[in-house]
Amino acid sequence: MKHILVLILAVLLVFPAAADDDMAAWSCPEGYEGQTLSIFNWSTYIAEDTVPNFEAACGVTVNYDIYESNEAMLARIRQGNPGYDLVVPSGGTVQRMAEETLLVPIDLEMIPNVANVIEDFLAPAFDPENMYSLPYQWGTLGVGYRVDAFPDGISSWDDIWAYDGSVAWIDDRDSMFGIALTILGYDPNTTNGDEINEARDYLIEHGGNVVTVAADDGQVLLERGEVDVAVEYSGDISQIQWDCECEDYAYVLPGGVGNVWFDNMAIPVDAPNPELAMVFMDYILDAKVGADLTNYIWYASPNQASIDSGYIDEEILNDPTVFPPADQMANLFVIIDKGAEAEQLINDAWDELLIFLGQ
Amino acid sequence: MSRWFRRSQKDGSLLALPTALWLLVFFVLPLVIVLGVSLMSRGRGGVAQMPLTLTHYERTFGIFSIILWRSIGLAGLTTVLCLLVGYPLAFFISTRRRRIVQQSALFLVILPFWTNFLIRTYAWRILLGEEGTINGVLRALGIIGEPLQLLNTQFAVLVGLVYGFLPFMALPIFASVERFNFRYVDAAQDLGANETRTFLRVVLPLTMPGVLAGCALVFIPSVGAFVTPDLLGGTKGLMIGNLINNQFGGSGNMPLGSALSIVMMAVVMLSLLVYVFGNRRGAGL
Repeated sequence: MKHILVLILAVLLVFPAAADDDMAAWSCPEGYEGQTLSIFNWSTYIAEDTVPNFEAACGVTVNYDIYESNEAMLARIRQGNPGYDLVVPSGGTVQRMAEETLLVPIDLEMIPNVANVIEDFLAPAFDPENMYSLPYQWGTLGVGYRVDAFPDGISSWDDIWAYDGSVAWIDDRDSMFGIALTILGYDPNTTNGDEINEARDYLIEHGGNVVTVAADDGQVLLERGEVDVAVEYSGDISQIQWDCECEDYAYVLPGGVGNVWFDNMAIPVDAPNPELAMVFMDYILDAKVGADLTNYIWYASPNQASIDSGYIDEEILNDPTVFPPADQMANLFVIIDKGAEAEQLINDAWDELLIFLGQ
Repeated sequence: MSRWFRRSQKDGSLLALPTALWLLVFFVLPLVIVLGVSLMSRGRGGVAQMPLTLTHYERTFGIFSIILWRSIGLAGLTTVLCLLVGYPLAFFISTRRRRIVQQSALFLVILPFWTNFLIRTYAWRILLGEEGTINGVLRALGIIGEPLQLLNTQFAVLVGLVYGFLPFMALPIFASVERFNFRYVDAAQDLGANETRTFLRVVLPLTMPGVLAGCALVFIPSVGAFVTPDLLGGTKGLMIGNLINNQFGGSGNMPLGSALSIVMMAVVMLSLLVYVFGNRRGAGL
């Protein structure tokens, strides 16, 4: 008798919840069973169950590859798409890939969940009609550090330049130059060679404590104690803050100087299965799926429905590392595509920087 | 045609045809392409385009020469250290009386190859890190107060290179020592040569082919090393391989990368010439 009571209670408790979930759950359109989707995404940039759930919902197989920088992804696609259906370029890179006809247009009709996207994030400057891209996640580039190394915190980049210990920068030339150019009072997206070289010299002069220019794994170096400060993307630092469940690490946009970026889902040219890629876009833009993604990778969500529905953990929504306060947001720079000439200037300056950095 | 065919059938030169084709398609042709690209201008996204230019060679011998020299220096030092460790090691192994000991010693030299090179290099990061094994032990023993900066230095690169390439030095020398007849040592000493003289005039010249082969096998891959400096060197241990690699990313400079590669190939060729001529002289002795 007791058992039956427990059983009934259990059913009563579980059932409404299950029904609720069913109502919210994203459902896959018919007709994709047995197909394959190949995704090329940034490292540590997806939740554990995002892909398995999609595979289960649609009855498809997903190949998942990762890259460490826009440049690395771009190089692969430019040499001939090796078979990817979906890539996740940042704003300026979307613009560039579109110009080079490396992206194919998406059909918004196939992606009803576009309605969930925050209005400000639709029709961005780099893709004014959302012809090629839809937002994936966004975040900032700033500095993660060990709290015990900076008892007074970090209030400006000067604190980092002057730090007597190990520092890691990030292999993201546009961002590193953008920071130096902003500090020097220039446009972070300048195409002026003198300004770029001045920024290079500024970085070399202040980079004596840089032990490595990390390929998007600065958070790991922090965790291992190899460096005390790492220039990194916000979510990567949030991930280790979350992993250690401690107060050892902090993230800051020093003196409000840093950049804000938007990563986007797009379909590269010659994608074998663009339709399924669009189905996946719709899946990612689902309120629950998008929230789960943010809850796992701690990057900011461009999904209004995810935020409104309460699926995103309160803790994350209120975390200034993930969602910077509005007054800080206004000062952050956005990297745009600067054209062929500036690209070469920055490439040369970056090589020269690497040769002399940390000596 | 048929006469040529019959003649080549007789002298066996046809046997070299597959190799010759292989070399043509996979060595000569790519080399010509790389050489061509190295003389072109950089286009959008780092690809090669017209017109022809020598800028990339100017840059290679200009600002990049710092890193080029560093790479040559590190590779040279690696070769010397490998030789200093590998030469006695090869003698140790080949002079073991019991076959089982010799075989297991050889086996131990080859054993590291069973693990992926990348993983072994990563392991050095854990050993050399500021909170790594070596610093931990030294601190626990009270030898040092503050952790030493081992990782992300040229020292770390050197350690990684010597560790990685030591077998390439030890094995060819071992093969040479194996063929060495120790009665020559007795003969030299009977004739009044002291130990130093015996070594310099008898042992060393007769094992020289192994030494030269070992040096070539260590120097050539070290000078272009890319994984080791990438993982262990940080900003201070940057080598030319890393800079070449950077040129082939999305916004790099493929013509510059090609020019750097050509110059590096020239360095390798030079060291091979040393090997060939050294060997010839060795054979004449």
